[in-house]
Amino acid sequence: MSKQRTWKELPKGAVSYRSSRDYKTGDWGVDAPRIDHAKCVKCNLCHMLCPEGCIAVGEDGSPEPNLDYCKGCGICAKECPVKAIEMVRK
Amino acid sequence: MRQGVPREGDRDGEEVMVKQTLMGLNGNEASAYATKQVNPDVVAAYPITPQTIIVERFSEYVADGLVDTEFVAVESEHSAMSCSVGASAAGARAFTATAANGLALMWEVLYIASSLRLPIVMAVANRALSGPINIHNDHSDAMGARDSGWIQIFCEDAQEVYDASVTAWRVAEHAKVQLPVMVCMDGFTLSHTMENVMTLPDEDVKRFVGEREFVTVEGHLGETELRLNPDAPLTMGPLDLQDFYFEHKLHQVEALKDALKAIRDVDREWAKLSGRRYDYAEPYMMGDAEVAVIGMGSAMGTVRHVVDELREEGVKAGMIKLRLFRPFPAAEVKKAVGEVPVLGVMEKCISFGAPASPLMEEMMTAYYHDEEKPMMANYVVGLGGRDVSPAMIKEIYRSLLKAKKAGKVTKTMSYIGARGE
Amino acid sequence: MSARLTMKEAARIPDALVSGHRLCAGCAHPIVGRMIMKAAAGRPTVVTNATGCLEVATTIFPFTSWDVPWLHVAFENVAANASGIEAAWKAQRRKGRGPLAKYERLNVIAYAGDGGTYDIGFQALSGALERGHDFTYVLMDNEAYMNTGIQRSGGTPLGASTTTSPAGHVIAGKTEWKKPIMDIVVAHEVPYAASLNPAWPQDVLDKCRKAFDTVGPKFLHAIIPCTRGWRYETSDTIAVAKLATQTCIFPLFEVERVEGRPVWRLSGPSASIVKRPETKRPVADYLEGQGRFRHLFRPKRNEEVLKAIQDGVDLRWQQLVAKCG
Repeated sequence: MSKQRTWKELPKGAVSYRSSRDYKTGDWGVDAPRIDHAKCVKCNLCHMLCPEGCIAVGEDGSPEPNLDYCKGCGICAKECPVKAIEMVRK
Repeated sequence: MRQGVPREGDRDGEEVMVKQTLMGLNGNEASAYATKQVNPDVVAAYPITPQTIIVERFSEYVADGLVDTEFVAVESEHSAMSCSVGASAAGARAFTATAANGLALMWEVLYIASSLRLPIVMAVANRALSGPINIHNDHSDAMGARDSGWIQIFCEDAQEVYDASVTAWRVAEHAKVQLPVMVCMDGFTLSHTMENVMTLPDEDVKRFVGEREFVTVEGHLGETELRLNPDAPLTMGPLDLQDFYFEHKLHQVEALKDALKAIRDVDREWAKLSGRRYDYAEPYMMGDAEVAVIGMGSAMGTVRHVVDELREEGVKAGMIKLRLFRPFPAAEVKKAVGEVPVLGVMEKCISFGAPASPLMEEMMTAYYHDEEKPMMANYVVGLGGRDVSPAMIKEIYRSLLKAKKAGKVTKTMSYIGARGE
Repeated sequence: MSARLTMKEAARIPDALVSGHRLCAGCAHPIVGRMIMKAAAGRPTVVTNATGCLEVATTIFPFTSWDVPWLHVAFENVAANASGIEAAWKAQRRKGRGPLAKYERLNVIAYAGDGGTYDIGFQALSGALERGHDFTYVLMDNEAYMNTGIQRSGGTPLGASTTTSPAGHVIAGKTEWKKPIMDIVVAHEVPYAASLNPAWPQDVLDKCRKAFDTVGPKFLHAIIPCTRGWRYETSDTIAVAKLATQTCIFPLFEVERVEGRPVWRLSGPSASIVKRPETKRPVADYLEGQGRFRHLFRPKRNEEVLKAIQDGVDLRWQQLVAKCG
């Protein structure tokens, strides 16, 4: 655990000083999504339904999962209308 | 100049900086009038005797277009404070008023307001806490909130209520403070009694309070003002686990410590403008006093009167009016107490199950480690609006003189004025 | 703001509720939360959040998942907090002075769970609605006090097993019906109220945009399946949510106030059930897949409670359809 700040080093009003982007929840997941881009129709549903918001949409509209945050819930795979996503053991 | 008995430190007859208007106002009206002049962004209003007139009067100002304030007629005191917190966090000036069980109902939010460092100003018309239900004056309500991290000022008369209702904003918003302020006035005795109040012109009040300024904090997206800012997001009110709560509380300890100097600075500035000087502890006839009483609120006026009577009888009596309770101004209190050998701590509150009532506990703790300290005895008076008469106060002084003669205090706690005691 | 926000456009909007939060895998809170925040983007927004799963898991100090100004105060007062924020904005607009004065429009969003809305937050909600503040209240309904370990609330459905309404030998879970929160809110004469289901994201975006474009108090009721408290596989969150609407347990509709009268209108998925009643699924389809209703099926079917649930759902569905004209 990194050295934590003393009380004088903490911001007034107890406001948060770090984005949760620094907190990688990717190690929660046992499985990770594998996307078959040939099947993918770029509907963006996986991006919309991901609880972590960790399926980015690329320039061309294709999904790009970020395993730094993926908890392996499997919703993307379950809900993909063309079954282009498979959950694979990491 | 102050009305009534001239006191040490009064600048009677001296010319004051600003031309003031003499108005007949009771404590509630003084609070409402001062707040009107400050023109806060939000007033959260809920009725409870004996502060209701404050919000009623303010709603009249609103209805007549005399203020720009958004008047939020909330549905409970818990919501009154919650609404004030939301408004203040959003960067606005927020005011509310309450008493007794209303204060008790908003208890959890008081702690949150101070931890969020919000400069809310609240008038409290001190009234007994239920049960049984009693709508009259004592200090049990404010005392119940003494650990909430708020600044607490106890006013002796309507003039003090007016002055404190203006200066409270500068105290709350002081860069080293950033804490909510409770302006206390005795319910009915002060809130409903008309007195002479010298009021400043609107422009002078506005200039004195100025615009609310913000401190800068380190947020997760950079340094920014401590407020809810759509252009610079902050997270206010996160969850602390065991690893941070303790440290965050120490911030509040530091803020209250810094407030001890900050409040004095604001009072001094007000003195230049109004001609009225306020200290944390105001001694009267303490120079050569052999016996004294310390206390807060309107009853101290009666004590002063009794001191004069006793002096005429040849007793070297003195008294100290304590104005600031939180933060507790130990140094100023001791200076005012001086070398009087015996001191009565008179207060309108019981702390059930405790060895003494709140003010007594503060006093004894402040003196505990000192070599030189007065003998002290605790006197509870006036609960539930029981009148505190000159005769009762004389009884206190007589009891103190007995202790002085005996060289020790045998009765540490007395309930003066209760039948059977 | 009045143009429709498509999913493709929404996908390009950066999240205001960002990754790294500690909500459970498969939790519907951030699914709906992200959609709402995408709809809110493009206009100055302030969020206030009642105590609960969403608040706790997104702001464990020193981290925060919120890239919008965000305030948490307590459990029962989010509507009062929002009232204060909105009043501050209104006052400063009127004065032409103060940090919020420059915002012509401001999304004030209040998030609360079922505990913080049906129960402890009920008073503050009612007060804020009655006063007509310009804000959007979002009820994130996972049907129990989930953050404290699955205790029953006024929003828990009939027959559900919770830790304070457990399915035992004598009593089969909660014995009271879910409080009709939408009826109560609409009775406050609000300009807009709607139910949201993450299984229909476009519908969510449309209703949010409509809410943010409406002036006055708006109420959005979102169904938030909870993989832990309802007990199903994490990947089934959307499937469970879909069944809630397909069985008419959680119909999708909106209520707008038009010339002083509430106009109720079913949304797509629920409207099509009216057109084709044979597509209405029996409640068992929804209940069977959730551990909190397991006791109604095993060791044997509890026909009495199952019938009570089906009858109650049908009754309320009929009443809703009648209101929708």
